[in-house]
Amino acid sequence: MKKIFLSMAALIAVACTATAQKFYTKNGNISFFSKTNMENIKADNNQVMSVLNAQSGELQFSLLVKSFHFQKALMEEHFNENYLESEKYPKATFKGSITDAGKVNFKADGTYPVTVSGDLTIHGVTNKATTKGNIIVKGGKITGNSVFVVALADYKIAIPKLVEANISKTIEITVNCLYDQKM
Amino acid sequence: MLERKIIGLLILCIGVTVSSRAQQADTTDLMAQLEKESDSKNATNYTTATFKTTRLVNGHTVENVGKGVLDVKISHRFGTLNKGGYELFGLDNATMRLGFDYGITRYLMVGIGRSTFQKTFDGLIKIKLLRQSSGKRNMPITLSYVGTAALMSLKWADTSRKNYFSSRLSYTHQLIIGRKFSDGTSLQLMPTYIHRNLAVLATDPNDLYAIGIGGRQKLTKRLSFNFEYYYQVPKYRIEGTTNPLSVGFDIETGGHVFQLHFTNTTGMTEKNFITGTTGKWEKGDVLFGFNISRVFTLGKGR
Repeated sequence: MKKIFLSMAALIAVACTATAQKFYTKNGNISFFSKTNMENIKADNNQVMSVLNAQSGELQFSLLVKSFHFQKALMEEHFNENYLESEKYPKATFKGSITDAGKVNFKADGTYPVTVSGDLTIHGVTNKATTKGNIIVKGGKITGNSVFVVALADYKIAIPKLVEANISKTIEITVNCLYDQKM
Repeated sequence: MLERKIIGLLILCIGVTVSSRAQQADTTDLMAQLEKESDSKNATNYTTATFKTTRLVNGHTVENVGKGVLDVKISHRFGTLNKGGYELFGLDNATMRLGFDYGITRYLMVGIGRSTFQKTFDGLIKIKLLRQSSGKRNMPITLSYVGTAALMSLKWADTSRKNYFSSRLSYTHQLIIGRKFSDGTSLQLMPTYIHRNLAVLATDPNDLYAIGIGGRQKLTKRLSFNFEYYYQVPKYRIEGTTNPLSVGFDIETGGHVFQLHFTNTTGMTEKNFITGTTGKWEKGDVLFGFNISRVFTLGKGR
């Protein structure tokens, strides 16, 4: 009898540790920044969803384009209506993995530089993307961050001639996600 | 007996483990679950940009300016096209309105303006009462209220009689019921009540009623076709006036919206264009006009 309970406990424990390898968030932050001589444009999205699988290194992001907020109301309207066309393409996603996830010890505090690679979909256009980032483990909490640049032309986001001076052709994107553990 | 029980327990135990393993969603499933939790059924999706700006042609749309945003509007109406080449099809004559609208909050806007037409000063307040939305909170329409007061400051023609200051004033109350049907198509209805303190003729009513209909169809991302028509209720209209019909285009370029239109009315305040139009389209009393809107973000925004 005792043996059976023991094996049962062991099996359940195994099952639990297997699921504990996943981290997720529903309120990660992604912001972008466009810098030109005419004006700087910045927008924030604090409702980014992300899943990180510590075991396999799989990493995914998903966000609603409408959740980017600007300081100027009209910029936000034009961003949704004219540039990102959020009615037609409501989501932006990334599906990929940390290629060197083996370097990260999710149980020991530290900052681990990693490389992330996968498919980035914005404005209905999917491109391969690779970037450097950091996994920060601190007191059992996992944070992921990265800064990278995308070219608007790669995602078929057209800038009319009239406002060419106001909008940068390349946009700096900053990712900062604090993950919860999946039970 | 005991052995059987043990085996039974063991099977149950394995079963539990297997099922928990099966439930253990992989990364994509977990993401799908997160997306589902935040999808349309659990979040409210508010409709934005029903119209490009706060005016359709002469009258209001359901739109407000954003919080802390100042919208400077410069509007011109030229003479009628049927004046012919001598007056360069009306371009020799122009009346204009200079207006300033400001968003106190996302749903409350105030504005002032001055028109050369009858030297009219006007003030307005606009409140967004309902916002069209889908998802958790479903609302098929946007509803706005616009109240305006206009002060006609022309010198009195007849100085021999007693002229009261209050006689210069008129008021408009308007509800605007709008819906964005698709990305490019929006329509609105505008039931309107206008009160003039002074009716010019004793037979004219002081209280006037009209119902407006307007809409836009986007032709490209930054260009739309607009129309606006007000129907005056027969017993509550001034003798000899016509219903104003306007068609035009909105051209949006960053912080500017240019509105170019053809209309049969010269007035740019509600009292003047809804109840004071005399031009007839069929007679060629059609004039060209434009509005230029330029927004400045003064406040911190949201």
